[in-house]
Amino acid sequence: MTLTAKQRFEDSLAGLGQLAFLARDTFASLFKLRIVWSDVLFQLYSIGVKSQAVVLITGAFTGMVLGAQTYFQFHKVHMDTATLAVVSDAMCDELGPVLTALMVAGRVGAAIAAEIGTMRVTEQIDALRTLATHPVDYLVVPRVAAGFFAMPILVMEAICVGIGACYFVNVNLLGIDPAYLYYNMLHFTHDVDLFMGLTKAFFYGGIITLISCYKGMNCGLGAQGVGRATTEAVVYSSITVLIVNFFLTLILGKIVGLL
Amino acid sequence: MIEVRDLQKNFGAQRVLDGISFQIESGESVAIIGRSGCGKSVLIKHLIGLMKPDTGDVLIDGESIVPMDERQLLRVRQKFGMVFQGAALFDSMTVKENVAFALRRNSKMTEAEISKRVARALEVVDLPGTENKNPAELSGGMRKRVGLARAIVYEPQILLYDEPTTGLDPIVSDSIDQLIIHVRDELKVTSVVVTHDMRSARRVGNHVIMLHQGKIQANCSPEQLFNSTDPIVRQFVDGIADPKENLINQPDYPTAFFRHPKE
Repeated sequence: MTLTAKQRFEDSLAGLGQLAFLARDTFASLFKLRIVWSDVLFQLYSIGVKSQAVVLITGAFTGMVLGAQTYFQFHKVHMDTATLAVVSDAMCDELGPVLTALMVAGRVGAAIAAEIGTMRVTEQIDALRTLATHPVDYLVVPRVAAGFFAMPILVMEAICVGIGACYFVNVNLLGIDPAYLYYNMLHFTHDVDLFMGLTKAFFYGGIITLISCYKGMNCGLGAQGVGRATTEAVVYSSITVLIVNFFLTLILGKIVGLL
Repeated sequence: MIEVRDLQKNFGAQRVLDGISFQIESGESVAIIGRSGCGKSVLIKHLIGLMKPDTGDVLIDGESIVPMDERQLLRVRQKFGMVFQGAALFDSMTVKENVAFALRRNSKMTEAEISKRVARALEVVDLPGTENKNPAELSGGMRKRVGLARAIVYEPQILLYDEPTTGLDPIVSDSIDQLIIHVRDELKVTSVVVTHDMRSARRVGNHVIMLHQGKIQANCSPEQLFNSTDPIVRQFVDGIADPKENLINQPDYPTAFFRHPKE
């Protein structure tokens, strides 16, 4: 069945409305502390610990390639020792949070949507409801809470590993003086850069888990429905992260006085 | 007591339930029968608030559940246990974790008390010692019995069974029927069993409601149903295909498909 443009628009609006209701229910449960901490701990393991490899590799190679590219350009104007400062600033403000969020959206978002979607098509969510358990409290709240906690830690790791990897490339492969490199990095990287990156990470953790839970809980029937929900969870989470990143950069920039 | 008043439910242009009304007294055992796709499972899901009707009302112990939101329904659902067609066991948990789920979340029992209750429920469904198995290791009949153990472990007042014997061999089906009767008599619960297995309906129900095209075709005792002269009831009881629905009688049925090409 082919949908008309009007139907697609109406479906999108209806989806946004349902997502808003899910967010309302989730935050109501979070603020009223309808939280089972053992479930949150399990999700922290699932979202945080199991994402280590992906995040560390992303952080390291982003730092290395950025370090090399920046050096190639800066070397022309004899600013080699500013390389690490540029990479450090970029990793803290933008690349650390955004690239980590995109990787987590791919790994965690897909897993959440597939797991909850399968529960939906096999009537396990209905079974939860008949056992007097609110699906939002059991399925969504622990994942969103774990997303809020885990993402800043993952981003912090990606930033540290990225800067460390860049330092390694700059000093050991490109022969830049480590003392000036380090001094410039400290001089040009400020607390507000880290604050901006970690604040962004906090929001992205909530966005990715909430969208993925929504896609899982509202997936279509059968294997095709679960597959589609999984794909949409990754795509919509990633796009939302990129869009929200722009607005967060402006808002946080205003708050910390960079604008 | 369960009371259903003039229930209507549409999916798009298709009317699935069309003005259904009935009452089920406490302790009664009712079988809801009808052909596949006649709305039996949709009806049972309305009784526990998993679906909302377009019009009409459902009252549990005199309290209307239709206007309730999901959180208000949690209180009412503590009176219910439900066994699903596909068992709907949580596949990330062991049998024990499945059966203990409601006790762990909604009661203040100690782990020792929970273990005792789980072991007792698994004994009732004749699956002792299976606590540490995963649902994937169980057969279809065993999964349904674990589903029943999960539904009875917190001693609900009302038990809903959605096609409990569908897809099982006659011997396992018989054991599930025996189990439903045993649970009904031992726990004195109100039972609502959705089935299209006539033998099962006759055994487990002391009352039968037959649905046909979204309406109640018969609401009587099993004996009255089996002796009914209503042609629709008779056709279902005797299991005779409608000539119009018999594919082989269709004029465009491709009988040539079965002939050998050299004939």
